[in-house]
Amino acid sequence: MTLGLINANPVVHAKKERVARSEDPHGEDAVDPLEIYDFVRDIRDPEHPYSLEQLSVLSEESVTVDEKLGRILITFTPTIQHCSMATVIGLCLRVKLKECFPPHFKVDIKVAPGSHADEESVNKQLNDKERVAAALENPNLRQLVDECLYSNEL
Amino acid sequence: MLIFHIIEILPQLFPDPLGPFTSFAHDLFENLSYYFPIHFTHPKGEDLNIKRDDLARALMLAFSSTPLFEPFAIPLLLEKLSSSLPSAKVDSLRYLSDCTVKYGADRMAKHGEALWSSLKDAVFTSLDSVLSFTPETLEGLCLPENEIAAEALSLLQKLIVQNTNLFLDLIVVDEDINMIFNMISSYKSYHGIPAQSKQRLHAVVCILSTSVKASTASCNRVFECFFSRLMDILGLCVRNSSGNLSPDDSIMIPERYNHGALYLSIELLSACRDLIASSETIIAASARTEETWSYLLQSFLPSLTKAFCSASICTSEDSHDADMYFGVKGLLILATFPEGYLLISKPVFEKILTTFVSIVTVDYSNTLLWKLALKALVQIGSFIEKCHESEKEPSYLGLVVEKIVSLSSLGDFSIPFPLRLEALSEIGTSGKSYMLKVVEGLEEAIYANLSEVYVHGSSNSAEIVTQVLKCYSDKVIPWIHCANGFEEVPLQFAIHIWNQIENSMVFNATQTNKIEVLDAMMKAMKLAVASCSQENQNIIAQKSYHILSSSTSFPLKELFQQESFQIVQVDNSSSRDEWILSLFAAVVIAVHPETYVPNIKPLLYLFMTTLLKGNVAAAQALGSVVNKLGLKSAGVQTDCTLEEVMDIILNLSLWIFQSNSSSDIEAKMASAHDISLINLCSSIGSCTSLQIHAIVGLAWIGKGLLMRGHEKVKDITMIFLQCLQPNGRAEILHQEEGISENNNELDLHHSVMKRAADAFQILMGDSEVCLNRGFHAVIRPLYKQRFFSTMMPILQSLIMKSEPLSRSLLLRASAHIIIDTPLIVVLSDAKKIIPMVLDGLSALSNDILDKDVIYGLLLVLSGILMDKNGQDAVSDSAHTITNRLIELIQYPHMMLVRETAIQCLVAVSGLSHARIYPMRTQVLRAIAKALDDPKRAVRQEAVRCRQAWASIASRSLHI
Repeated sequence: MTLGLINANPVVHAKKERVARSEDPHGEDAVDPLEIYDFVRDIRDPEHPYSLEQLSVLSEESVTVDEKLGRILITFTPTIQHCSMATVIGLCLRVKLKECFPPHFKVDIKVAPGSHADEESVNKQLNDKERVAAALENPNLRQLVDECLYSNEL
Repeated sequence: MLIFHIIEILPQLFPDPLGPFTSFAHDLFENLSYYFPIHFTHPKGEDLNIKRDDLARALMLAFSSTPLFEPFAIPLLLEKLSSSLPSAKVDSLRYLSDCTVKYGADRMAKHGEALWSSLKDAVFTSLDSVLSFTPETLEGLCLPENEIAAEALSLLQKLIVQNTNLFLDLIVVDEDINMIFNMISSYKSYHGIPAQSKQRLHAVVCILSTSVKASTASCNRVFECFFSRLMDILGLCVRNSSGNLSPDDSIMIPERYNHGALYLSIELLSACRDLIASSETIIAASARTEETWSYLLQSFLPSLTKAFCSASICTSEDSHDADMYFGVKGLLILATFPEGYLLISKPVFEKILTTFVSIVTVDYSNTLLWKLALKALVQIGSFIEKCHESEKEPSYLGLVVEKIVSLSSLGDFSIPFPLRLEALSEIGTSGKSYMLKVVEGLEEAIYANLSEVYVHGSSNSAEIVTQVLKCYSDKVIPWIHCANGFEEVPLQFAIHIWNQIENSMVFNATQTNKIEVLDAMMKAMKLAVASCSQENQNIIAQKSYHILSSSTSFPLKELFQQESFQIVQVDNSSSRDEWILSLFAAVVIAVHPETYVPNIKPLLYLFMTTLLKGNVAAAQALGSVVNKLGLKSAGVQTDCTLEEVMDIILNLSLWIFQSNSSSDIEAKMASAHDISLINLCSSIGSCTSLQIHAIVGLAWIGKGLLMRGHEKVKDITMIFLQCLQPNGRAEILHQEEGISENNNELDLHHSVMKRAADAFQILMGDSEVCLNRGFHAVIRPLYKQRFFSTMMPILQSLIMKSEPLSRSLLLRASAHIIIDTPLIVVLSDAKKIIPMVLDGLSALSNDILDKDVIYGLLLVLSGILMDKNGQDAVSDSAHTITNRLIELIQYPHMMLVRETAIQCLVAVSGLSHARIYPMRTQVLRAIAKALDDPKRAVRQEAVRCRQAWASIASRSLHI
């Protein structure tokens, strides 16, 4: 069923420098957007050997976090309007965050307003627990997600 | 590789240019060219031990072997130069420079234009645009770190040397460079220039300074073309006379100088200076004054100096780092032009110096400028020292050194004191003669303030003297140690300090500030003595002993005459006596083993009594004495042998208790008049502090013995072990019951026992204060290993049969030993050590005070887990290890412990699958909690660890 690449020629951006943080020996480090971004920026795109950061699907500004309420909101921008990979990218983000943060965080994942043709249904699908669980039970889909999360092709 | 060599040799075999080789050259090169650039695919560790660099070098030699290759090689290399692969670029640049030398000027000239344009591209694109303004870069010539740029510039230099006219023509008419010049005139401030242009500007600077450096002729040419343009941009006008500065005011000085132009001219100047410095020996100085560049320079000099000065000291609000940086750098370069070029007259030089000095003395609030100016002064100083500039030295001494030294004694607090000290010591390091001056100033300050402290107890002076002493011991003494010919300085210092304390019979130092001053003094004294030669140490030791015996109330004479081993408690010692004694201890700690210390025996008594009062320095001095005494090789006569000393120490009876006037104790101790230090340790009294002091003292003595490998250390460790065991105490406890029903009895014991366990830390740890190489300790190689292997079996068996209380203390003791033993030794014994480490981890994890011990143990554990042999050893106990680590993930007192515990868990996940699989769910559950850790570093480790453990089982993760 390979129909060829959906976006054959994506624009690749440069990776940004990682900031080394100055360690504060006392006091607690709150979870901040940069920390979350550091976890998700290297997720590989489902169809290209580039990271989500390089394709500028994600940026540090697209992550917001509320430590007190335990909420994380990520807004990502698919490379093209009718990208069918948007759901897969969202799924990758969700799996990654589930691994990296304790379960009391509620994670919301959305596509940026106006960046996708089918915005509403994609958002609904990404934040539906049942459908996420079902998707992860699909072996093909699961493999695709794992490849995106753990591959070293970048 | 062989083929490359053959081709390299071929032309030497057929030197005849009309011979057969010429006709083959093309074919031959065609074959060669396929190899370039070398694409090295063999992974590491293959049977061929050829590296990429070797191959590349061989090919390079082959390329450049004959000029006949020239028509083919150069175009190929130029083409490769424009490729995008960085290694290919570097290679082609290297090849090109090699070829340039071999092929000769005529042949290269044909390619001149092409070479220039591609070189220019390489430099322009490869440089980075950031220019830093830190003081460290003041002297560095902004050499590009980029490999490509560096190679390109070196090639350019070679080309220019070879064919000056051609390439300079190219440079001068080059429109890119001219464009840059136009560009800089349109921007006022460095920060206003867009990044891309900055990069280009930087590149132009590199190219121009390279060409200046290449030869005198090229230098002339560059100055001719560019320098006056720069001056125009700067708005400086030509002046005819070079020397007189008086009508300076008539020069119109614009508000701000053009940064780009400043930058360019500074770099040109510095390149020019380097050229002179390198060629100085070849051409006489007089011939040089006629050169064009120097004429140009001369004419612009006054205005240029003025410009730099005003740039560096302009303090308006919008002034920028760049202003100061360029100003200071420019002045520095002008000041360091070698003597004999008459570029810079004496008044100008002095004016520069005064500018810097005034910055240092007044503008201390502006940190960057202050640092820059100081650094520049230091560099001028070391330049004068290095080049023997006889003419400039007096003015430097007079203006800079005197002024700065006077800072140290200045009473007013216009400049923060630490800054003054920094300035002093920095200036001092620039040359020997300056250092002498600086030392003089510092010592004067020390003496003056010390006498203030002695007589009036003024806390203000105490503070100052502490800082000065710290500076003295941190900066001056190490420097003296490195430089030769300063033997006398520390000797004089030590003697002077002793004299001063001898003469000051009134002693009013207050308790509060005394300790700090004394600490600083002891440190300085130790370092000063340690850096003296043996004869000088003898002098100091004699002197100090004389003072100790004559001017204190210590009954040394009587002690010396007493044959019985008894010590009268010295209760009435004043604080001055204590002070002197501590200083004397410092001397003893620092001397060579060969140095003669008079009258050891009474000194021993003295030290022992003071150590029981809690003076750690005395204990350390005792440790040093036993460490250094009676070396066979030394052949120095001593009062007594080491054995005697040890007998004295261990069997010494102490009547000390009688003065501790509690009736209880007296009653108890009356029966034990001749209780020895050993018994004291294990005996029980309410004088816990006394016991603790005794243990600490014994620990230092033990360390001294241990380091020289003496067997008596066993006796001492046995004492500690007895303290740790309940059995040894039981009988005494029994007797005790009648005397005291104190409830806190047990607590007191506990603290004593804990101290005994910590004594092992003193025994094994490296100390900065005494008994190290700097203080001439006798250190037997591998002493830690030896101690480790003798002690561990004993401790192990003791732990086996011990009660809970002493068990935790025994574990503590063994933890100290394990932590300080080199890891490689622990590894060889890993199987036996692991249970002790684990028990130690669980026993100590409750008390917040033990967190450093816990961390040390964890580091040992992680070291074992990382090692191949260690992994084999621990795989049996993987389960216990994991459990322990899981407990430590929640360790509340120290972030590093949690982090290391998680890292250890990652290492555990690498053990054999069968061992760790059962623990998987347990670990994952524990790690999930760590994901919520307050510290970010721990959370990140937790994610990594979770990943590692999750992937050992799940099917989907086999990627």
